[in-house]
Amino acid sequence: MENSSLVSINALTKDEIVSLLEDAKYFEEHPNHRFLAGKVVATLFFEPSTRTRLSFETAVNRLGGRVIGFSDASTTSSSKGESLKDTIKMVSNYVDLIIMRHHLEGAACYAAEVSPVPIINAGDGANQHPSQTLLDLYSIYKTQGRLNNLNITLVGDLKYGRTVHSLIMAMWHFNPTFNFVASEELKMPNEYKEFCEEHGIKYNEVTDFSEDVINNTDIIYMTRVQRERFTDLMEYERVKNLYTLHNAMLENSRENLRILHPLPRVNEISYDVDENPKAYYFNQAKNGLFARQAIICKVLGIKINKEAK
Amino acid sequence: MGESKKELAVAALENGTVIDHIPPSALFKVVNILGITKLDNGITIGNNLDSRRYGKKGIIKVADLFFPEDTLNRIALIAPNAKINVIRDFKIVNKHTVSLPDDIIDIVKCNNPKCITNNEPMKTHFEVIDKENVTIKCHYCERTTNKDDIVIK
Repeated sequence: MENSSLVSINALTKDEIVSLLEDAKYFEEHPNHRFLAGKVVATLFFEPSTRTRLSFETAVNRLGGRVIGFSDASTTSSSKGESLKDTIKMVSNYVDLIIMRHHLEGAACYAAEVSPVPIINAGDGANQHPSQTLLDLYSIYKTQGRLNNLNITLVGDLKYGRTVHSLIMAMWHFNPTFNFVASEELKMPNEYKEFCEEHGIKYNEVTDFSEDVINNTDIIYMTRVQRERFTDLMEYERVKNLYTLHNAMLENSRENLRILHPLPRVNEISYDVDENPKAYYFNQAKNGLFARQAIICKVLGIKINKEAK
Repeated sequence: MGESKKELAVAALENGTVIDHIPPSALFKVVNILGITKLDNGITIGNNLDSRRYGKKGIIKVADLFFPEDTLNRIALIAPNAKINVIRDFKIVNKHTVSLPDDIIDIVKCNNPKCITNNEPMKTHFEVIDKENVTIKCHYCERTTNKDDIVIK
């Protein structure tokens, strides 16, 4: 079934990304609207994710819509063995839009095929999480005043880190230079390096999180090295503290440098960084609200009349 | 086995389709993919026959049936060199090889255990992203699979 669902960041053109960022900016300036008056939105979280769910539900509320849904599949009939298709078919009878998160990869893509109402993917396993990518882009755009020609350093778990993979895919429109900083075990998979080569994206791959890298970059994007990614816990213990950012490391960094992190953090950013004006991760989470307001309006085909406000 | 006996074992068709040069290991998968087990037509299946080009081969002859091209191309993934002979009135009226389609529906299993297709009663769908080297990408979980790792459902 054809609809305007947002399942993957790769489905968006450069123009669509830019227009979503402009809309996000508008929502930051004017957060409250009635665009969704009379509309009901379902948030179906087959896998719990409090942060993402609250952000989406706030976005719906600030747009004047109402929310139904669940935050944990164990309380629903999918725990009785109901298929995803049946759940989506049933819920789509009630609502104008479904926002869903699922632990299985491709779940949102399949839901979009069977649903007569649009689907927004709020994360499908290790695959896609387009609203996270969009808020990352918005955070970069907002702090740097541009997206073009930036030097971006990705640090931590580059092997399994969904957010960094999507960021590479989305940034290719804007001529970035990437630094990939990770241990041998968690380095950037070949398919993304090949993507960079095919699309003329410059990148450097290093294992050392050095000041040389830090001092020449506009954005540091930190990710969590997750314990559950390791089969060998000894290996985890060895690696986990190698890629921690401390305030002292930022001494000679660029004035415009900002530090991003999708959160939650554990120990990869030391708490002494929080007071540094270059720390941006808490604002970044807030930007998620505006990015999600923009996405919701886009998939529902709501034209935002910016002059009218 | 003599040449004449082999000819005898695989009798000539008056009308129908001959699918030749199937790798022996793929023969019964081809039978399944084409739904031949459900047909009432006259069917001859041969396997491990001598092939000058490939050593051994499998062959399928189906009487009075002409498969749509889309259906035949479904086997291209496992029998890339398969030759299709369309027979009318004992004569070969059309001879061609199969070609890999752009999309492969419900033939290949996704190797990603966390893919929705392995957890939901649904058809799999792969996009062929490299026809030469046979690299396919799951339409749902976006994982790519190389030729040697392809598993038929």
